[in-house]
Formats: sequence, C-alpha cells, structure tokens
Amino acid sequence: MSKKGLLKRRTLMMVVCMGLLLFLAACGGGSSNKSAVETAKEKDKLVIGVKFDTNLFGLKDPGSGDVRGFDVDMAKAIAKKLLGDENKLELKEVTSKTRIPMLKNGDIDAIIATMTITEERKQQVDFTDVYFEAGQSLLVKKGSSVRSIEDLKSGVKVLAVKGSTSAKNVKEKAPEAEVLEFENYQEAFTALKSGKGEALTTDNAILLGMMQQDSNFEMVGGNFTDEPYGIAVRKGDEQLVKLINDLIKEMKANGEYDKLYEQWMGQKPPAK
Amino acid sequence: MISLLIDHGDRYIEGFLNTLTISVFALIGSFVLGTVLAVMRIASIRLLRWIGTAYVEFIRNIPLLLVVAIFYHGLAFLGLSGFMAGGIGLTIYTAAYIADAIRAGIQSIPKGQIEAARCSGLSYLQAMRFIVLPQAIKIVIPPLGNQFLNLIKNSAILGVYAGADLMYFGDQINSDTFDTFNVYLLVGVFYLLLTIPTSFAVRALERRMARSG
Repeated sequence: MSKKGLLKRRTLMMVVCMGLLLFLAACGGGSSNKSAVETAKEKDKLVIGVKFDTNLFGLKDPGSGDVRGFDVDMAKAIAKKLLGDENKLELKEVTSKTRIPMLKNGDIDAIIATMTITEERKQQVDFTDVYFEAGQSLLVKKGSSVRSIEDLKSGVKVLAVKGSTSAKNVKEKAPEAEVLEFENYQEAFTALKSGKGEALTTDNAILLGMMQQDSNFEMVGGNFTDEPYGIAVRKGDEQLVKLINDLIKEMKANGEYDKLYEQWMGQKPPAK
Repeated sequence: MISLLIDHGDRYIEGFLNTLTISVFALIGSFVLGTVLAVMRIASIRLLRWIGTAYVEFIRNIPLLLVVAIFYHGLAFLGLSGFMAGGIGLTIYTAAYIADAIRAGIQSIPKGQIEAARCSGLSYLQAMRFIVLPQAIKIVIPPLGNQFLNLIKNSAILGVYAGADLMYFGDQINSDTFDTFNVYLLVGVFYLLLTIPTSFAVRALERRMARSG
C-alpha cells in the first residue's frame, strides 16, 4: 500500500473515531431527560460527586485512598436504597467550581458536597430536603461566659478569618464586639487556644472539626445564620429527589441519621 | 482610589497611625538594644562578647514571623495583643541587625588610632568617645538608615496577628470591596509616606555628618 493511501486511511479512521466520540457524548447528554434512577439501574452503578478534601464530609485518606465522611456515607445509603448494594456506588471528586457542570454533563448523577441550598443554584439544579443544618456558629473554651451571639458585647474579642463572609456576618450581628481577623482557620484556632479572644466564628461544619481536634472547646448558641446543605440532582429529576427525600425521612425516623451524624460530627444533631 | 479613601479613610488612617506608632517605638527600642549589644560584642570580657554574638547570630538567622509567633502564641500566658507581640518581635529582631551595623562601624576604625590615642595619654573611654565613635557614626548611619526602613516595612507582620496596622486594614478593605489593585496600591502609598521621609532624613543626617567631619 502506498504511503499516501495509508495516510488517507488514518485520517478516515480519525474522523470516524471523532464522530463516534461526538455521538457518545451526545448520548451522555441525552440521558439527562431520563431520571438518574433509571440510568443507574440500567448501568447497575450510581455515580455521585463528593469532595475529597473536606474534613468530616469527604476526605481522601492518603494512605488507603479511601474517601470517607458524612457526605460519602449519605451517598452509600442512597446507592444501597437504589441498587441494593452500597458497593455499586462510584465516587467522583468535585470542587465547588466543577460540581454543577459535572452534574449537567451527566458525569455524575448527584452532588453531595457540602453544598448550600440557594435560590441562585436552584435555577441550575434541583435540591432534595436539607441533610445537614449548616450555618455560622461560635466555638468557645469549655466553661466560657459566652453562650450565644447575644453575649458578644463590647470588650469581647471574636476571632474570624480574613475575607470570609463569616467575619462580615458577625460584625453585622454583633456590632459591639471587637473582631480580630486571621489568615486562615488554623491560625484563628491557635489564637483561640492561646486566649487571644473569647470566641471563634465560622461555619459549624468547620467548628465541629476543630472540636474533635481539641476537646477543650465547644460549640455554643446554635447557628445564627442559615446555610443548609442539600443534595443536588439534575433539574427535573423528580424521581431521584423523591427517592432521596424518602431515604432522609426513613433515616431520621429509624435513628440511622442520628447515628451517622454522631459518628462524624462527634455530637447529636441539633434538636429541631 | 479617591473613593476608596473617602469610604474607608478612617481605617486607612487608623492603620497608618498604628504602623507609625509601632515603628517609632520599635525604632527607639531596637536602637538602644542594638547599641548595648554592639558594645557587648566588642567588650574585653569574654562572657559579654559571647552573649552579644549568640544573640545576634540566633535572632538574625530565624524568620521575623517566627519571633512574633513565639511572643503571640508561644508565650500566650503573657497575654500580649497582636500589636504588642508584633512590636516586641520587631524590636528584638531589628536590634540584631543594628548591633551588627554598629559593631562593624566601630571595628572599621583602625586599631592603630586607639593605640595612638592611648599613647597620647587618653583613657580607653576617652579614646572611644573622642577618636573612634565620631568617625564610626558616619560609617554607621547609612546601614542604620537601611535597618530603620526595613523595620517600617517589616511592621506589616502585624497584619498576620490582627495587630490593626496598615496591612491588616488593607486586607480587610480588600475583602470588603474586592478592588484589590487599588486597595493595595493605596496601602503602598501610605507606607511610602513613612519610608520616603525616613529615607530623606537619613540622607540629610549623612550630609551633615560629612560636613562636620
């Protein structure tokens, strides 16, 4: 065969391959009108996007390579309910930036990744019921006189992280208190430990992690902002939303939710 | 930039005044401490020499951030604020450099001059006072000026420990406005308001000294 003929053939093959790829991609996109409940049953596999870098929710253990956390266990529970086996779950790493595009592309069937339910996001995806009551709270040394946001009066020093909405929130809700801002959470927590302020404020999810690092500190006063986490599915996938909502209700009723919450957060979920 | 100054001027001014205060106190403190250390380093008593050298070598070879961290977190029982811990850290840190600059100045005067002065009947202290120091000070002024400028700039470390200095408020204004470039540009202008006059003052002093010599 002449060289030219070979080249031509290669080009043709490439075109065919590309076409095939495009076709497959189109198919992937097409699945979005079908509920993930059905596609997962067809493939006998459920793909869920979780974070791999978030303590307590989804953290990859560098030793074993396992991803573990509250979000991951929620994902397992969904897989078990849907496919009868939690091992039929595939986890994919998402970040706050990639999760919505990946869900829309069909790379993942649902997002369980410390995602706060907002009106803006509701335009893009559908949310299930709240599975974690996230919000801003206060961490204090055990026995501190600060018991809630109302105790942050003048002369009380509150520690926060620079550039965070939590610093802004606390200034609004407790305008008399002096807010000291640090570079990062670790720096702020060290400052709390060395007594530079009476309370540290940020999301309760982060504070719960700090509490587990050092049991001399406790979270007080509950959440003073409301930023609940929900599970996101493709827009219009009512079937999956219903399945997950039923599951959350079941888990709350039979105590499994409380068990899971306590396992990861080190305390019982706040009473509603 | 003008609107930034109008909207957040109070915080810029507060930060500027705090940076100015900390700079002045640390400057005086480190000059006094540095001079004492320099004298110790050239003393004839070995123990003093050893202490002076150990101080300079130890402090000069660790990061300023660490010195401040030790005072802020490490010695938490002292209950120092970020402002105080930063000021003490800056003083201790800069003193090491100042000590070395002064020592180098004194030692740059040939030993023969002291010997000659002693031969003409002056005591050691008189020889230092009338022969060595007047010459040494001229040599020392430029490196001292550099250390003072470094001190002012290094005071930005306070921002890390909530010391309410220019840098701290700069970060804060930035996270409120997200006008990053202009916010920090204005912070830079405020630092220049401190450093440029210092720089000119040092140069003027240098010139005056040269004339009087």
